[in-house]
Amino acid sequence: MTQRLVVIGAGMASGRVLETLFETAPCAYDVTLFGAEPRGNYNRIMLSPVLSGEKTYQEIVTHDADWYAGHGVTCRFGEPVTAIDRARKVVISEAGETPYDKLIVATGSDPFIIPVPGKDLPGVITYRNLDDTNAMIAAAEKPGAKAVVIGGGLLGLEAAAGLKLRGMDVTVLHLMPHLMERQLDPAAGYLLQKELEGRGIGIHTRANTHEIIGTDRVEGVRLDDGTEYAADIVCMAVGIRPATALAKEAGLACGRGLHVDDQMITSDEDILAVGECVEHRGMCYGLVAPLYDMAKVAAKTLAGEAAEYTGSVTSTKLKVTGVDLFSAGDFAEGEDREEIVLRDAAQGIYKRLVLRDNRIIGAVMYGDTADGNWFFGLLKDRTDIAEMRETLIFGPAFAGGTPLDPMAAVAALPDEAEICGCNGICKGQITQAIASGATSLDLVRGQTKASGSCGTCTGLVEQLLAVTLGDEYAAPAAQPMCKCTELTHEDVRRLIKSQKLTSMQAVFQAGNWKSSCGCHVCRPALNYYLIADWPDEYQDDPQSRFVNERNHANIQKDGTFSVVPRMWGGITTANELRAIADAADKFNVPTVKVTGGQRIDLLGVEKQDLPAIWADLNKVGLVSGHAYAKGLRTVKTCVGTDHCRFGTQDSTGLGIKIEKRMWGSWTPHKVKMAVSGCPRNCAEATCKDVGVICVDSGFEVSVAGAAGMDVKETEALGKAVAEDEALDLIVAFVQLYRENAKYLDRPYKWVAKVGLDWVKERVVENRENRQALIARFDHSQTIYQTDPWAERANDQTTKRWSPMADLTLEAAE
Amino acid sequence: MSEWIDIGALDDIPVRGARVVRTTLGCVALFRTGEDEVFAIDDACPHKGGPLSEGIVHGKAVTCPLHNWVILLENGEVQGDDEGSVRTFRVKVEDERILLDPTLLASRNAA
Repeated sequence: MTQRLVVIGAGMASGRVLETLFETAPCAYDVTLFGAEPRGNYNRIMLSPVLSGEKTYQEIVTHDADWYAGHGVTCRFGEPVTAIDRARKVVISEAGETPYDKLIVATGSDPFIIPVPGKDLPGVITYRNLDDTNAMIAAAEKPGAKAVVIGGGLLGLEAAAGLKLRGMDVTVLHLMPHLMERQLDPAAGYLLQKELEGRGIGIHTRANTHEIIGTDRVEGVRLDDGTEYAADIVCMAVGIRPATALAKEAGLACGRGLHVDDQMITSDEDILAVGECVEHRGMCYGLVAPLYDMAKVAAKTLAGEAAEYTGSVTSTKLKVTGVDLFSAGDFAEGEDREEIVLRDAAQGIYKRLVLRDNRIIGAVMYGDTADGNWFFGLLKDRTDIAEMRETLIFGPAFAGGTPLDPMAAVAALPDEAEICGCNGICKGQITQAIASGATSLDLVRGQTKASGSCGTCTGLVEQLLAVTLGDEYAAPAAQPMCKCTELTHEDVRRLIKSQKLTSMQAVFQAGNWKSSCGCHVCRPALNYYLIADWPDEYQDDPQSRFVNERNHANIQKDGTFSVVPRMWGGITTANELRAIADAADKFNVPTVKVTGGQRIDLLGVEKQDLPAIWADLNKVGLVSGHAYAKGLRTVKTCVGTDHCRFGTQDSTGLGIKIEKRMWGSWTPHKVKMAVSGCPRNCAEATCKDVGVICVDSGFEVSVAGAAGMDVKETEALGKAVAEDEALDLIVAFVQLYRENAKYLDRPYKWVAKVGLDWVKERVVENRENRQALIARFDHSQTIYQTDPWAERANDQTTKRWSPMADLTLEAAE
Repeated sequence: MSEWIDIGALDDIPVRGARVVRTTLGCVALFRTGEDEVFAIDDACPHKGGPLSEGIVHGKAVTCPLHNWVILLENGEVQGDDEGSVRTFRVKVEDERILLDPTLLASRNAA
């Protein structure tokens, strides 16, 4: 009989419990997973790279909807559990009661908010989850915005570095005399402070926050000594405390955290707990490695296997790109302790080992942390180091003065040396996986999970691959376009331009394609690149286009298509509407829907009917809306000065002009635009690929917004006084995007890669270049600005798009 | 029974393209590769029933337009990490005409 397992908290600890449980006892439990956040498990320790813009949220998702579905987990995300009734064995949430046989509490931790006046003002943010991260990213969008980070520990410094990379003016306030005092000694703390100050981050130590100033929202921070810092946001990162409110209310034994035994069982034998909410043998943990250790034990306990958690020794790395910092164990000074210190001021290297009875009990490293795992191994294993004490500080590869070769260092590590601290994976497990066929980083990650969490050991895993496989290991270069070639998209675009490759075969040849005619990944991309670069020479290949572009309609899940005629700037007429209504009647269109782009979608048309419906729509002047295209989709408008009492310019008119000029152009991905007649922005222009806000003095053109998988506000490209100049900026921007972006990168992704300054230089500042871009765009339009529907609204297409033969009819005769 | 069914001319199918034949067994997709070989398989992906005839043809394979499963035209097997297969049907080209296996009609008779 399957038991019911309810899990409260969808974080990394409970995620690992479920992974281990499904491996150990796949069908033992029927799992219901509650999460307060409206999303599943993601790699929380990678929020810092998301904040700094080095990764996206999608890249740090650990369990997606498919994973949960595949394992039969009932997800209740965004639904906090409000109480546990242990007598009746149910958990209570907004939707009612959910019964359990076994319960896991994994509620994590709450950020500690220092009790100063102003702590509740809008703009005071903690740094625990994706919403916090997004709030900080949003705050950084404002040019010249200022951030104050309270707390110079691990989290606070990662937040500060990320906000700085986002362009904010950042000050860190830290209560203690040096940064990260729990992990670093004063010397390393000093080096770290110098490094961060060198990056333009202000650091104020011994800073006792007196109050957060502001009336409607946060305006600044005042210290006890009277110093004031102005701030648009204040990030509170002073620490965490186990989130035990729910457990306490249910009468479970709690101290600082929720008490568990070595099997991760609480004072109620049917309730287990893991993660940051837990107190085990007097210790609470806030790092991922102990959480994973706990999770494994909890999963085994649930599966009925014997397992024991005996506590963890932890090490720390700071995830700030370019800062190498490692610390582990106990490094306070004391009478029974000795230390070995190595300093290289010129290179900014500092290493310190704390010894007791010839054993390492603490290690701090700054600037060069390559040997960190080796020292950490000696520390955890309590290895007697008397024999190697003389050379210990130089690491495992010291061989009498020859320079350290990182490969030799990795090769010299014993099999038990821990490589991946987050997942507790040691060298032996990795080399074993490599020997049994995991010959790439991805494969090693898949089989062992090494380097799959915080990622800082990725380099070590790659070195192990290189050492184990020798020449057979090819270090991964940039991601190739597809399996047909080693070249990246960027390589291919360069090649097409520099060698004047004007046909797909020429690209296959010059790029050493491994397949005869490409594949479904490279062919659509190449077809686009060739169209964009050689409009005169290259002939569009319909067989290299995805189904929608080949058929000039959007395929639906049942194999029928949808038809969306263009409505310029969202303006239509009674005559057009009549033609659409007639077509819907004539072709038995089951669904007629108004789209978000201010036009009408006819859904559920059979493929062979497409040419006829197009012919009918063409008769009143309706043309293809390219709703299926990696090309110009819609230009949304508001009514502007024509009707609106707030309108400053003719936004509808400008929208129509843009659409008339640019329709039919192919782009790397779809392009959506909007023009709003005043800053009230009724056309929602600031989340489009290109948006225009009309003001009294002209037109503010902004680009690279998004409102899909990601939501992002546009960034200012330039301001135009006259309508024609606004149009010029837009056309030049789109042409630059057409010529340079990777296929299937929306403008916001492309701009993030090349930088807005690079774009501005070519589109705004260099007027000659702007005109050249416009000329190339207009030339391409002389070839591609044709209505694909009109070209295909004929009997020949109808015949080609109908079944070739109907053997069911023959049978009936 | 031994007579093959003449479905149409080779040029009725675009190179690296497909056309559909309706049969009592459901729609069958006829593919023409870059090398002018012709293959006939079910017009439904084993994954979610996507119309394979609308996919991109590359080498002797087609990629389903819905979720990018790759199906080998010669044996109907799904390639890569996904699993499954579709029925294949015998088809040949003689004098630029496409001839389909008559068992398709035989099945109809038996039904």
